[in-house]
Amino acid sequence: MGEFSATRKISSFGCMIAGIVLMLMGLYLAISKTDALGIRGMLLIIGCVVFFVGLYFFPTLKHHRGIINFMFLFPLLFAFAVTVIIPLILGVGYSFTDWDGIRIRNVVGLENYIRMFKQPQFIWSILVTFLFVVFNIILVNLVAFMLALLCTSRLKGLGFFRAAYFLPNLIGGIVLGYIWQFIFSNVVTKFTTALFDSRYSMLSETRTAFIGIIIVYIWQYAGYIMLIYITGLNTVPGDVIEASSIDGATPIQTLFQIKIPMIAPTITICTFLTLTSAFKQFDVNLALTNGTGSVSSFLGSYLTKGTQMLALNIYDTAVINNEYAFGEAKAVLFFIILAFVSIVQVRMSNKKEVEL
Amino acid sequence: MKIKEKTSRVVIKTVVALLVAVYVLFPFFLVVINSCKTTNDITANPIGLNGVSISNLITNLSDVINNTHFMFWSAFGCSVIITVLSLVLLALLGAMAAWVICRNKTKWSVVIYFTFIASMIIPFQVVMLPLISTFRDVGKFIGISMLQSIPGIIFAYLGFGGAMTVFILNGFIKGIPMELEEAASIDGCSPEQTFFIVILPLLKPVITTVTILNGMWIWNDYLLPSMMLGQNGVVKTLPVAVQAFVGSYVKQWNLILAAALLAIVPILILFFIAQKQIMEGMIEGAVKG
Repeated sequence: MGEFSATRKISSFGCMIAGIVLMLMGLYLAISKTDALGIRGMLLIIGCVVFFVGLYFFPTLKHHRGIINFMFLFPLLFAFAVTVIIPLILGVGYSFTDWDGIRIRNVVGLENYIRMFKQPQFIWSILVTFLFVVFNIILVNLVAFMLALLCTSRLKGLGFFRAAYFLPNLIGGIVLGYIWQFIFSNVVTKFTTALFDSRYSMLSETRTAFIGIIIVYIWQYAGYIMLIYITGLNTVPGDVIEASSIDGATPIQTLFQIKIPMIAPTITICTFLTLTSAFKQFDVNLALTNGTGSVSSFLGSYLTKGTQMLALNIYDTAVINNEYAFGEAKAVLFFIILAFVSIVQVRMSNKKEVEL
Repeated sequence: MKIKEKTSRVVIKTVVALLVAVYVLFPFFLVVINSCKTTNDITANPIGLNGVSISNLITNLSDVINNTHFMFWSAFGCSVIITVLSLVLLALLGAMAAWVICRNKTKWSVVIYFTFIASMIIPFQVVMLPLISTFRDVGKFIGISMLQSIPGIIFAYLGFGGAMTVFILNGFIKGIPMELEEAASIDGCSPEQTFFIVILPLLKPVITTVTILNGMWIWNDYLLPSMMLGQNGVVKTLPVAVQAFVGSYVKQWNLILAAALLAIVPILILFFIAQKQIMEGMIEGAVKG
């Protein structure tokens, strides 16, 4: 400790003590509710900063690295803990109570979880979500892969095509949801009126509205997945393809026997991306149909929200109907399903990759 | 030997590529032409160019910009401030955290790293409800509002974006030789100097990648700002403003599409400037994530 000047020691300890005192004052004002000036937040923040300054100048060589490690990690970890970890733990806890967003009156155990399975609308939402996910994994990957093949062949203006196909991905789901709502209800109806004499918008009927959501989703997402497939296809060495064509392989054979097996890791990535993003789909669902669409009879009841997917169902339950604990329980189930499905998918793909 | 494709096949492929491009770009075209029309012209013919005029566009845009639900300039300003500050802080604090996690192979750094990775699968719906109540309580406790405030939402983006940022940066830092840091420390650099002078400049390409990924997400995000800021608050981001605006009107498509146009144009301009970086960044993020 001899190599540190007395001023540094004093200023370091002084800052740390001052910081602690400031934070304690802030805490006291907050707890005792005597903060007439509204300065408690500022006291806490300034106290914390002053304390860190003192800590930074702490007279030590041996522990300096440790102090820096702590100071570098703290801000992000603090934000992460407050926004993700604490709400997650609280949320799981709240799902067993009758929490209304502000206070808890009773612990109800598994009641919320049992109740959701008695709700035909919720079961319908789960089924629709699964259907949507399956359709999307297949269609988005298929379309994206074909576009990628197109964009890796020798064409003029490839740069333009790639950029054009990717473009929809830049726009947020809310905005493009409304754009497509316009297209379905104003533009497509012009064609259907002329062709089938049907004036109704696709979005007004559950089945066609569901197809509409899938169309929009492919339009938005295929360009992005295509880019990843292009990167994958470019890693297939040219001499392998040349060798196969000398051996007399047709382009179709080259595609199925060489290209697809060689980009198996890319397929895994793309399947995972389409799976998780389709599962969490919310923005397009909200803006395009807001879940509407009648189902005449499902489990003995009439449903009005035929295109409502899980994420939107959770949102409506909690925010629109003000059933916070019930919505939270649904969200916890949503989390479990998502985690389970993604783990299974990764496991399965890894096995397949080894086999190929 | 080069494989020569038949010209007929090239022609077919080009035609297909063009048709797909037309299909993909057609909605954008519709947005542009219909925000230059009046409502009557849109209902009469949404595809044709009848009634398209610049003066209609100006009327529609000024109606939207001055609308009390939309308040374009304020929403645009909020979106820019929130996105830019979140990105800068995420890049800096993420790099600092990733460096510490990567360079200290102790038990706690491994635990933190795996907690970050595991947290990436958590859907926002699980945390959003308790998040709002936590932020409300914290805000009341410290006397600084965390909801309906720009610092609050930036703080939330730090928490939600942190995991992926650290994950991608960590992968890159692993590849930087340790000798570089040892040399710096022999030359008398303290750990923090080593980080800011030696490591941080080397991270430029990967910081570009995470900034693009986070930027696309934060700029377009709807659910988090709508929950935290509310539909009718003073602080609004562009997607929330679009939703609030559309919700308040009965299908005035000329105005809705003009609003969509206003929301799209900034990001299109950015895309035309940095097209290569954005596309590469999105690919890299996906492949590593």
